[in-house]
Amino acid sequence: MSGSPGITVKGQHRLGARVLFNTDLHIPGGQWTCLLGRSGVGKSTILRLILGLDTGGVFHGSFDATDGDPLTGRISYMAQSDLLLPWLSVVDNICIGGRLRGEVPWIARARDLLDRVGLSGHADQKPATLSGGMRQRVALARTLFEDRPIVFLDEPFSALDAGTRADMQELAAEVLQGRTVLLVTHDPAEAVRLAHQITVLSGQETQNWPVPDTTALRDINAKETLASQARLLAHLRGIAA
Amino acid sequence: MKIRDTVLALLIGIGLWQVLVGITGAPHFILPSPWRVAQAAFKSRVIIAENAWVTTVEVLLGLLIGTLLGVVTAVQLALSRTAERLMLPILVFTQAVPVFALAPLLTLWFGYGMGSKIVMAVLIIYFPVTSAFHDGLMRIDGGYRDLSISMGAGKWNFMRHIQIPQALPSLGTGLRLAAVYAPIGAVIGEWVGASRGLGYLMLLANGRAKIDLMFASLIVLACLTVVLHISVGFLAARLTRYAQGTGAL
Repeated sequence: MSGSPGITVKGQHRLGARVLFNTDLHIPGGQWTCLLGRSGVGKSTILRLILGLDTGGVFHGSFDATDGDPLTGRISYMAQSDLLLPWLSVVDNICIGGRLRGEVPWIARARDLLDRVGLSGHADQKPATLSGGMRQRVALARTLFEDRPIVFLDEPFSALDAGTRADMQELAAEVLQGRTVLLVTHDPAEAVRLAHQITVLSGQETQNWPVPDTTALRDINAKETLASQARLLAHLRGIAA
Repeated sequence: MKIRDTVLALLIGIGLWQVLVGITGAPHFILPSPWRVAQAAFKSRVIIAENAWVTTVEVLLGLLIGTLLGVVTAVQLALSRTAERLMLPILVFTQAVPVFALAPLLTLWFGYGMGSKIVMAVLIIYFPVTSAFHDGLMRIDGGYRDLSISMGAGKWNFMRHIQIPQALPSLGTGLRLAAVYAPIGAVIGEWVGASRGLGYLMLLANGRAKIDLMFASLIVLACLTVVLHISVGFLAARLTRYAQGTGAL
């Protein structure tokens, strides 16, 4: 997808009298940005803020798309929980966005997307019959159905087992190519594998962390990947201490 | 509940009843024996059936109207904060008024026919249905709301496609309660003033010292309530299975 805009976020977020974070974040367009930092530092809050969801606090500052157009309606969202509706079939879950906007759902497209995430045989099944990994694939297809230039992922793979998680990372990197992706994660390995830009959030600053010179999606076993992962982990432990 | 267990429990109940009659030696116009009641029920089967039919219609219409009103109110309350703020205290307050005490008034307003009994049944089930369904509508996973907002969902579409289906098991809970309350409402309405229905027949039999007929009417009423309870239980289970994705509606 060409022309996916970047996003800049600059300002301070407060919870009551407490400053949760000060941030000056630049998310480049058409690339993967991975957001790390210890729990409670406000990673998900940034994401919710830009999505226009309730954050429980007040933000003083601004967030804008680099192309100057409003962000509303240009971001799709995927969370840690798959949020599939148990009473709908897999294919109906994928096109739920259409129904929620009062449009006639585009079933054929939903089936294509299901094919793309490798679940074409499961269109008419209910989510309860699927494994955790399959359910996250359906959630990914639902995110793709929205067909928006910006995609926010809030720890979408963290509840999956290691093998499934690696598969999902590859699939997501492939199907989301060219979109502006902001991935909140706790996993340095995941960040180093997927990111074009790694940003570490702490209470007072937003720091960009160097990524290996190789191109994402990176080889898990490559020397640079492993070394970068180790350095990032050490850095995160330093912040947490 | 297995059929065998039910039959066994029934037989034990009837046995105990018979033993009680034997031990106390109560005259039949105080405590008739099961056999006597069975005879009376058979002898008066036509009149019992006619009156049972009237009560059944009152109860079913009361259930239907009460449920519809309850569902509409719950959805309205869930859609509008203002409605919720204004209506909930009123709803709770109306619950503080014993509905039974309204029966004479309802008879005055709606007459001696079925109308006042249906209104009575509606009033008695309206609150449990509204409150159970409203709770279900509000107890929504915040994640669904976030997802819907990010998808640009309207309030009503969110209600229709996510909140309502998700709250169906709660509606089932309300319906189970309603199935127990509705016959009580109808019968109390009949006691206060009616010329037909099982409640009326019980009073009539009592007045003429036909205690066996009164018992027969009472047992038929209990059977009606049990059948209703079981049917609504099936419906409620179906709603739950649908919402969990393990069955069709």
